[in-house]
Amino acid sequence: MRYFPTWKIWIVVLVSVLGLAFAAPNLLSRDLAHELPTWLPHKQVSLGLDLSGGAHLLLQIDEAAWRDGRLAWLEGNVRRTLRGERIGVRVTGGDDSHRQFTLRNADDAAAAARELDGLADDFTITVDETGTIIAAFTEVGLEAGLGDAIERTLEVLRGRIDPEGVLEPVITRQGRDRILVQVPGVDDTRVLRSRLGQTAKLTFHLVDQDTSVAAAEAGQLPVGSVLMPGREQPGQSHVLRAEILVAGESLESAAASFDQGRPVVAFSFDGVGAARFCDVTTENVGRLLAIVLDGVVISAPRINGPICQGSGIITGSFTVFETQELALLLRAGALPVPLAVVEERTVGPTLGADSIEAGKIAAIVSFAAVIVFMIACYGTLGAFANVALITNLILLMGLLSLLQATLTLPGIAGIVLTVGMAVDANVLIFERIREEQRHGRTILNAVETGFRRAMTTILDANITTAVAAFLLFFLGSGPVRGFGATLAIGILTSMFTAMLLTRLLTHVWLARYRPKTLGI
Amino acid sequence: MKRLRLVPTGLHLPFMDFHRIAVGVSVVLFIGSIALLLLSGLNFGIDFKGGTLIEIRTPQAADLAAVRSELNALDVGSIALQEFGSASDVLIRLPLLAGDESVQQAAIDRIQATLNGMYPDIEYRRVEFVGPQVSGELIEKGAQAVLVALVLMMIYIWFRFEWQFGVGAVLALAHDVGLTIGVFSLTRIEFDLPVVAALLTIVGYSMNDTVVVYDRIRENLRKYKQQPVRGVIDRSLNDTLSRTVMTSVTTMLALFALWLFGGAVIAPFVLAMIWGVLIGTYSSLFVAAPVLLYLRPVRVSDEREGLPDTP
Repeated sequence: MRYFPTWKIWIVVLVSVLGLAFAAPNLLSRDLAHELPTWLPHKQVSLGLDLSGGAHLLLQIDEAAWRDGRLAWLEGNVRRTLRGERIGVRVTGGDDSHRQFTLRNADDAAAAARELDGLADDFTITVDETGTIIAAFTEVGLEAGLGDAIERTLEVLRGRIDPEGVLEPVITRQGRDRILVQVPGVDDTRVLRSRLGQTAKLTFHLVDQDTSVAAAEAGQLPVGSVLMPGREQPGQSHVLRAEILVAGESLESAAASFDQGRPVVAFSFDGVGAARFCDVTTENVGRLLAIVLDGVVISAPRINGPICQGSGIITGSFTVFETQELALLLRAGALPVPLAVVEERTVGPTLGADSIEAGKIAAIVSFAAVIVFMIACYGTLGAFANVALITNLILLMGLLSLLQATLTLPGIAGIVLTVGMAVDANVLIFERIREEQRHGRTILNAVETGFRRAMTTILDANITTAVAAFLLFFLGSGPVRGFGATLAIGILTSMFTAMLLTRLLTHVWLARYRPKTLGI
Repeated sequence: MKRLRLVPTGLHLPFMDFHRIAVGVSVVLFIGSIALLLLSGLNFGIDFKGGTLIEIRTPQAADLAAVRSELNALDVGSIALQEFGSASDVLIRLPLLAGDESVQQAAIDRIQATLNGMYPDIEYRRVEFVGPQVSGELIEKGAQAVLVALVLMMIYIWFRFEWQFGVGAVLALAHDVGLTIGVFSLTRIEFDLPVVAALLTIVGYSMNDTVVVYDRIRENLRKYKQQPVRGVIDRSLNDTLSRTVMTSVTTMLALFALWLFGGAVIAPFVLAMIWGVLIGTYSSLFVAAPVLLYLRPVRVSDEREGLPDTP
């Protein structure tokens, strides 16, 4: 105690000042903090959605559907390729990771192997001499394909959720097959959910007018035709030709509009799409053209004449809101893979504000209670512990701002808890000093021994809490993770303030005022 | 100036005189908690059970009966309504429905549409939905985290102290976790992810308390080699009692502030913590310490400090 190295003093002062500097921007309004020059600490604690309000949705991609789609693509490609070489083949088996084909003539095996070589990067295709072809996903190809689908999905979602670019949503891949969507400030998530949930795959088909719907429903569906539900009247179906004439990928733009006073979606095709649409409508004047969205027939108007200007409208019994949403989905594009919401946590603005307010009051009350209590119990030394406690909070806020850790409601609880627990280190030290004094040591000696002996106990005790805090990260989804963060940082800063700052203050006090008693 | 002393100086409470009663009570309570857990389980919240929770605020006091009948008419499973804090705040719970996530989403949409029809100025304070996959993962993660915490604590204490201390500390931890879970099973307070976070914090806090007591017992065992273990334990508990009480009180001050002002959302978390701090403090004195009495840590030869053996 007689010797407190100057460099230690400087470190304590420097760290405290830095903490203050990094914590300070939190006192400013958000706009003002943004205007601070970049060389100054200007980051504020970022609030979790449970405090700031907003929507949190965890989406899972439908991997089975994606595999199905990919395998169907493969199947078509194998048939097409071999048909081009006049090699007969049929599908004879398969599951969600492979397809098995059998050649009509086993003698074609060598030719088929040659043709199929390098057909698809994400499949291994083997052809044996009995004419059996096995095409299976490669591990790497599957993961890469899935990753690519997710990347494209993220892009589409960005366009759908935030078309104007004002919401600042966070849209990220989470784990292998999930996507996390966080949108600040959104509290009614019905629109969001419908935008995320729809694949929005738009296709144009000819209506099969040679078959009656009743016959098709009875099971007499001609080859190449499909039965699809209609949107207008529940239970009513349409028989369509399966062939996709033009698809949503060929759209260049889409917008909500009106036609004869009815809300409609107006669209226009890109060059290729326009040419194709022109051909189709020219060849099929008088027939019905079905507009299908995600497997549901929206409408099936009659083709009155060739449509070659590359644009058209989608009619149906829409409300204005529905046309706006549909146009938005069509502009952003179809999802490469269907999504399901597996978790949602949305907090409205008033609950978030209430939580912040409640957290503030709880923090202030606990803070005041602990401060009064410490002075009542330990007098001057208690006041030092309080200085340490305040510094601890400042450092905690500074570190939270610096690390851009997210402050959540349980995180505030963590801070309040830190207030209660942070004084523990000082309590340990002061109680030890009391004891040492009781054992007849002089003031200086008791203080020094107290600090020294309490040190190992403090370390031991804090390591155990730190272990718990780190496991909270592991457990951590959002709010709980925030709790772990504040607890862990709180332990770190409280050890610093209790062991160094309080010690420094005590040292200065003893050296300058030479008190007769410690008053504890 | 007169200082506040929660524990008078020179107090010598004969803690170990009560070891039989204390340990007996603890064993009975622990077994009771486990039995309760096995018999009636926990009232899992949606984090672990899956399902939907919607908190709404209506402009005037909500007509619970009307809301109930309107929502039940939707036929989307057994909906539970509960006033939450005030007459205009209502908590709506919907269990997990059969079918995939889209069925749930559709049900939420219909509920919201109905509520909007009843109260055009309704505010959605909270909408939480946890699907079956996610809830399963959260159970797994939660149990893992608590178990890993216990194992890590064990390793740490085994590394730091002799094995007898390790056994005592782990028994104390198991006691605290067991009794906390028992209280949640008994009171049917919702057991959710934040409660698991509280459990982990309790593990940390209880360990912290036990380590402080053990540190002193170990120190005194070296210092007073001639005294019986029982006397040394009593002395150590008395030495650290003032600190034990002080820290519990400051932590409790903070927790009560949270409980009174922190709002209903974190109330279960805070209740778990309050109980945990009480039980953690108790277990350091009456579970961790008596175990040493039974296991008799070896007192001779301390290799770390190279002290000579006493005859």
